[in-house]
Amino acid sequence: MKLSLEEIRKVALLSRLELEEAELERQTKNINDLLARFEALQALDVTGIEPTSHSIPLFNVMREDETTPSLSREETLSNAPEQLDGYFIVPRIVEGI
Amino acid sequence: MAEYEALIGMEVHAELLTESKMFCGCRNAFGGEPNSRCCPVCIGLPGALPVMNKKAVEHVIRTALALNCTITPNAKFDRKNYYYPDLPKGYQISEYDAPIGVNGWLDIEVDGKETRVRIRRVHLEEDTGKLFHVVGNVSHVDYNRSGVPLMEIVTEFPPDMTTPEQARAYLVKLRSILTYIGVSDGKMEEGSLRCEPNLSVRLRGSETFGTKTEIKNLNSFRAVYRGIQYEVGRQIAMLERGEKVVQETRGWNDAKGQTFPQRSKEEAHDYRYFPEPDLVPLQISEAWVEEIRSTMPELPDAARRRFVQQYGLPAYDADVLTQTRAAALFFEETVRQCNDPKAVSNWMMGDFARLLNAENREIGESRVTPKMLAEMILLIKDGTISGKMAKELFEKMFATGESPRKLAEAAGPQITDSGAIQAIIAKVIGEMPDVWAALCAGDEKKFGFMVGQVMKASQGKANPQEVNRLLRERMQQG
Repeated sequence: MKLSLEEIRKVALLSRLELEEAELERQTKNINDLLARFEALQALDVTGIEPTSHSIPLFNVMREDETTPSLSREETLSNAPEQLDGYFIVPRIVEGI
Repeated sequence: MAEYEALIGMEVHAELLTESKMFCGCRNAFGGEPNSRCCPVCIGLPGALPVMNKKAVEHVIRTALALNCTITPNAKFDRKNYYYPDLPKGYQISEYDAPIGVNGWLDIEVDGKETRVRIRRVHLEEDTGKLFHVVGNVSHVDYNRSGVPLMEIVTEFPPDMTTPEQARAYLVKLRSILTYIGVSDGKMEEGSLRCEPNLSVRLRGSETFGTKTEIKNLNSFRAVYRGIQYEVGRQIAMLERGEKVVQETRGWNDAKGQTFPQRSKEEAHDYRYFPEPDLVPLQISEAWVEEIRSTMPELPDAARRRFVQQYGLPAYDADVLTQTRAAALFFEETVRQCNDPKAVSNWMMGDFARLLNAENREIGESRVTPKMLAEMILLIKDGTISGKMAKELFEKMFATGESPRKLAEAAGPQITDSGAIQAIIAKVIGEMPDVWAALCAGDEKKFGFMVGQVMKASQGKANPQEVNRLLRERMQQG
């Protein structure tokens, strides 16, 4: 499977990565090289093996419904680029732009 | 005009009633100081790891069972990837292709006609933070809601509902079930229950489907009904004009009573779902399912039938009283203490409901307890207070939480003394001799009016039976 430069451009946009043309080309090659290595796995015979989403035989790791202390508001907001009255401030998002 | 039919599907999101959030121990609550219930997990700090809340998983299994779903033995969580400021991690943990419940149904009834609404899936995910658009070019973000366990319930396609009445009935019943089984508080106005109908119209009898639109920000049953009604009309009018319906998400403006375009399909997100690597899969054994099934409370349909049979209530009363489990429990406890089902029903559906609505409160949030209502009904039955006094007493009891017996004592005793009532009757006759003459001349319609006037003159304290009896006696005297 090979990904085109345009597909990589779209993935970069979806990931909010701003890449210059030269970087885009380099990343397209990198990702395709990576995919080629995965293709080697496809040569394996997996007949009779159930597909799985996870590779470790572990299930139902859960916690009881109990509360634990939250961070102080100062700590929560300490990485905020901007804050006001206890809120994070972000640029206004307008749908459709 | 050609005859059209609408096809209506529904997506409902319900925040689950848990103490803590879905993947961390921050408190799950409404309101409060912004960003006061946050931790590295729910604000998406690097390296923080989610751990599933067992109660939330069980709430979804319970809901899936109540909605007649098949439980998926091997469920898992996936990442839904998109960037938006209310989603701190850049992805929402959700369930994509292995939701906890599938292929269920809910039967609804409108105008005596029953419809089975098939349910495609019930799944578990996490809620986002809240964005507040303020004046200027910025938005404020509060992450208190981020990571609150959220359940999504989606109806099957093609849709089984065709009218706004059915859509409302579906939502009313679904809300009732969710509150009964204790998984949701069902508060639409606080956004803990959110409903997004999608609908298309087509010529009746057509085999193909029209283009559908989705409606958002409907925060009451009334808004859902009006929003769907408006949108069906809008789509039909477009088709009649030869225009094409555009596939899009539309918002609801309650003041204008209109939908408006919000987001079109062209900008639809590409979510790139993949299995959540930070969580191991869920294995839902039959034993676990049976354990949950065995603690399932009576569902509203069963309670409604039982209320008619056991208490001899009219179907309408039974329907209203079983819409929330809190109301049903309140009713049964009150009846247990005063043994007068119809009186309890009348108070609950009448004055009590009116006062609760006026303050936008649920029955469980009222100062009036089953014990108080039962005591008041017994006071009416043993003649200590009149029905009219009870109405005032109930309002005082509702406002203060004071016991009915104490309020009745403070208001003074009921007037039962014949002489005292005769004196009031004489006074009223003196004030309106014309009415009295008409009554004595045989105008029976004036009788009720006179009783009312005497009751009013006694400030509601006269015993109504005595007033009736003494008025008749006086009429015979002429």
